[in-house]
Amino acid sequence: MSSSILSLDNIVKTYDKNVAVDGVSFEVPKGSIFGLLGPNGAGKTSLIRIITTITRADTGTVFLDGEKLNSRHPEQIGYMPEERGLYRKMKVGEHLLYLARLKGLSKEQARDQIRHWLEKFEIEDWWDKRVEELSKGMQQKIQFIATVVHQPKLLILDEPFSGLDPVNTNLIKDEIHELHNKGVSIVFSTHRMEQVEEVCEHIVLINKGRNVLQGKVVDIKNQFKKNLFRIEYEGQLPPGLEERADIVEQSGRSLTIQVSEEGRSNELLQYLLQNGVFVHAFNEILPTLNEIFIRQVKE
Amino acid sequence: MDKLWLIIKREYLTRVKRRSFIIATLLTPLAFAVFFVVVGLIFQYESDDTRRIAIIDEGNVLKKSMKDEKNLYFKFVNDVELDVLRDNFDDFDYDGILVIPRVKDLMSKSYTVYYYSEKQPTLDIESLIRERVREGVKDYKIEALQLDPVQLEALDTKVSLEPEPIDESGQDASKLTGAIAAGIGGLMGIIMYIVVFIYGMMVMRSVMEEKTSRIVEVMISSVRPFQLMLGKIVGVGAVGLTQVAIWAVLIPTVVLISSLVFGFDSNTQMEMAQSQAATDINPEDAEAMIALAIEEFNSLNWWAILPLFIFFFLGGYFLYSSLFAAVGSAMGDDLGEGQSLTIPITIPVVIAFYIMIVAIQAPNSSLAVWSSIFPLFSPIVMPARLAFSPPLWEVVASVVVLAGSSVFFVWLSGRIYRVGILMYGKKVTLKELGKWMFYRD
Repeated sequence: MSSSILSLDNIVKTYDKNVAVDGVSFEVPKGSIFGLLGPNGAGKTSLIRIITTITRADTGTVFLDGEKLNSRHPEQIGYMPEERGLYRKMKVGEHLLYLARLKGLSKEQARDQIRHWLEKFEIEDWWDKRVEELSKGMQQKIQFIATVVHQPKLLILDEPFSGLDPVNTNLIKDEIHELHNKGVSIVFSTHRMEQVEEVCEHIVLINKGRNVLQGKVVDIKNQFKKNLFRIEYEGQLPPGLEERADIVEQSGRSLTIQVSEEGRSNELLQYLLQNGVFVHAFNEILPTLNEIFIRQVKE
Repeated sequence: MDKLWLIIKREYLTRVKRRSFIIATLLTPLAFAVFFVVVGLIFQYESDDTRRIAIIDEGNVLKKSMKDEKNLYFKFVNDVELDVLRDNFDDFDYDGILVIPRVKDLMSKSYTVYYYSEKQPTLDIESLIRERVREGVKDYKIEALQLDPVQLEALDTKVSLEPEPIDESGQDASKLTGAIAAGIGGLMGIIMYIVVFIYGMMVMRSVMEEKTSRIVEVMISSVRPFQLMLGKIVGVGAVGLTQVAIWAVLIPTVVLISSLVFGFDSNTQMEMAQSQAATDINPEDAEAMIALAIEEFNSLNWWAILPLFIFFFLGGYFLYSSLFAAVGSAMGDDLGEGQSLTIPITIPVVIAFYIMIVAIQAPNSSLAVWSSIFPLFSPIVMPARLAFSPPLWEVVASVVVLAGSSVFFVWLSGRIYRVGILMYGKKVTLKELGKWMFYRD
């Protein structure tokens, strides 16, 4: 057994003369929520298509749960593409049944699973409705069910929240967390950083077909932090403060400072307290992923 | 295989259960019946326009014998002057005056009669009068020249050509073989032409719908693009076979019922056409012809023709529908934009159709022979030639080449399809389609 559900080793993919993926490697730890990030056109969808066996890498290897990727693997993967849709003329029940059976489920298994999900979303009575009768939001629920109906061990969601209304966004977020708690590994591809920060533990950042950055979100943030601290206080600031730290911003009772190295923040706090400053709050300002992302992409 | 079967089943069942399919399948035979009845009624329609014609036979050429027809009455008024008749035309209640002058020169081959009227004589009246006068003048000349009518009758020999095989074991053909074969061949060719277009287009539209509805990426994360394409082609092909099979039963049934209800049969139309084309065929000859035609029809080797027809149906369908699928995959959300891509496919079909028309007239010409081996033409040309019992090697060559090419074209289209279905928002040229074939997976 491998500790990674997914492992990419030096993947290269070219279309015509256009290099879409240029030697990307990363590992997705089992049971994690993993962010595959990058601006539009970075090669995210190309990578996902390789992982889902839609296309093949020119060179490089993909391992799913320690096994080299093969044609049986799609049955263990649930993929919700960015461009997603349904057969408009089909009925919800038969549509889900069709997709589930293509994922290798028997008729009975498929029926049970679909019933389970329809009940969960309280839409049991949709079985005989035609897809075209459903609103966009309703169709999105069906698309989500189609992605998870075969109980995949790896879930790949490409821009899952694009075009979702707030109700469905929350619903899907809850489901993602629930699946995560059940041990499903989830790869989350997006260019919207604020979403990643909320849900992902690990990320890889891709730009122009190469990986720029990867690791735990916490580690990355630490790596890019500038030792900035926000202090909210009352009282008179001691005059020696400026020797110990750079004052970046000061307004009213709020102060942003930068210390030269990690441990200095404790010394500084101590100094302030010793000098009779009443500290309400002392927070480290970590860079947002968005800031890191923009900085990395610009370089 | 399981997945392919699931796809075929879905493609087939969703179409067959659709209301539009059921309506089209049932209404087409009905449309045939309506067409048949209307044509029948038109043929049965007779002019209700009564004509009365006065004849001034100056030399008594016709000997006062001119039989009346329905709605057409003749009266000899040899003792009335033409001028009197013309001056009082309105009072006499005639519609026309036919003046038959004396035959001045018995040896002259031309002869002119005059027809006075306010309205132009209709075509059928004109030809009737000419025919009657011709016979009258002939009898008049026979008498005046003192010839023997029986001997003269014997001069008029009817010649028919009876094709016979050189080799005694060869198939004996009758004088109708060619015509019957041409009829059946033409019909088969036309069916093939329609099948390629209707069902090929159906495949193309369906591929486009999958692309524009964005279901396709979901699908190919479970099945290979080739399976999806092949499943669609097979499913739609099965729909086509179902529809053609239903029509093959329903159309003759409906036509038969309507002919019984409306009291005319297809022979009436044939007889009418014949009686107008050649008045000298007597009814017994016509009946013999029909009997011979039926015999010819039955003597064709249907056990070979029908399976071959189904083979060419499938071969042509697979070849062209896969090309249509490839083009459909390249089309974006805008149907009009991709329309030009279908032209390279439709042109060979149309050319094949015209070759087919020539081939049923000259089924053993080198054009017909080579076109029935060339795989883009053979699905339409070869079925048309089957009734002419073409040489065995030609049939075998045609079958082998078509079978090989349809497999090749399905494979080739699959290569284009897998790239095309994932390509959005880009206007695609033919050159790019060509490049896609060489993309790696």
